[in-house]
Amino acid sequence: MDYLWAFLVGGAICVVGQLLIDIFKLTPAHVTTSFVVLGALLDAFGIYDNLIKFAGAGATVPITSFGHNLLHGAMASAEDHGFIGIAMGIFELTSAGISSAILFGFLVALIFKPKG
Amino acid sequence: MSNKEQQQEYAKKIKPLQPKPPYFINCLKAYLVGGLICVIGEALMKFYMTYFNFNEETAGNPTAATLILIAALLTGIGVYDKIGQFGGAGSAVPVTGFANAVTSAALEHKSEGIVLGIATNLFKLAGSVIVFGAVAAYIFGMIRYAFKTLM
Repeated sequence: MDYLWAFLVGGAICVVGQLLIDIFKLTPAHVTTSFVVLGALLDAFGIYDNLIKFAGAGATVPITSFGHNLLHGAMASAEDHGFIGIAMGIFELTSAGISSAILFGFLVALIFKPKG
Repeated sequence: MSNKEQQQEYAKKIKPLQPKPPYFINCLKAYLVGGLICVIGEALMKFYMTYFNFNEETAGNPTAATLILIAALLTGIGVYDKIGQFGGAGSAVPVTGFANAVTSAALEHKSEGIVLGIATNLFKLAGSVIVFGAVAAYIFGMIRYAFKTLM
């Protein structure tokens, strides 16, 4: 059942992105950028956590969860350190994603040859 | 007539001549590809929760890292571009699309050297996501924190 909800919700988020590309002629870069901002906005109202509880990976795999994690880390650290905590905590939860993207992206670019 | 007006006029004139994208088929493909990537993510999350003592909140980290590794490798052997052509937003919106943007930008500039090519261009495409994400999270965080302390 978890897999079904992950498929339905994750797919639906991608369809929204596809519609933005096809109808409003946005580039994929604009879509992912707006989705990150949207994820942070949804987290600001506490909506995104419910979506994750409901859909699991269907909500954590799309790039919207990147925005949600940025704000989540910032708020968690703001609890302890006040305003400066926002700056300290922003990348706390997304560190795994960013650092592995840097590492694997760099290694793959070193090893493989560009195609086409 | 200014240049900008001419451009708008031209865009209006060619609009009926441009082929309409097949909305339904594109959405179906995006749904399938995006949904499948999320199902793989769900399976990875379950795997990390069962065998590596992660709980529901923290399992997202190794899941994202694994998906990024897979996507980077698929980009290296040229498979992810084919998935992207088929899936459209279905391959760009999940975190794998972020890894693809990082890796493909680095690969493309490989000929310019390791420092000035690969390392400099690593975030050429994916940087906008981090910039906008951090700015948005900073602003929303300030507002939310201000509300919380004032209330």
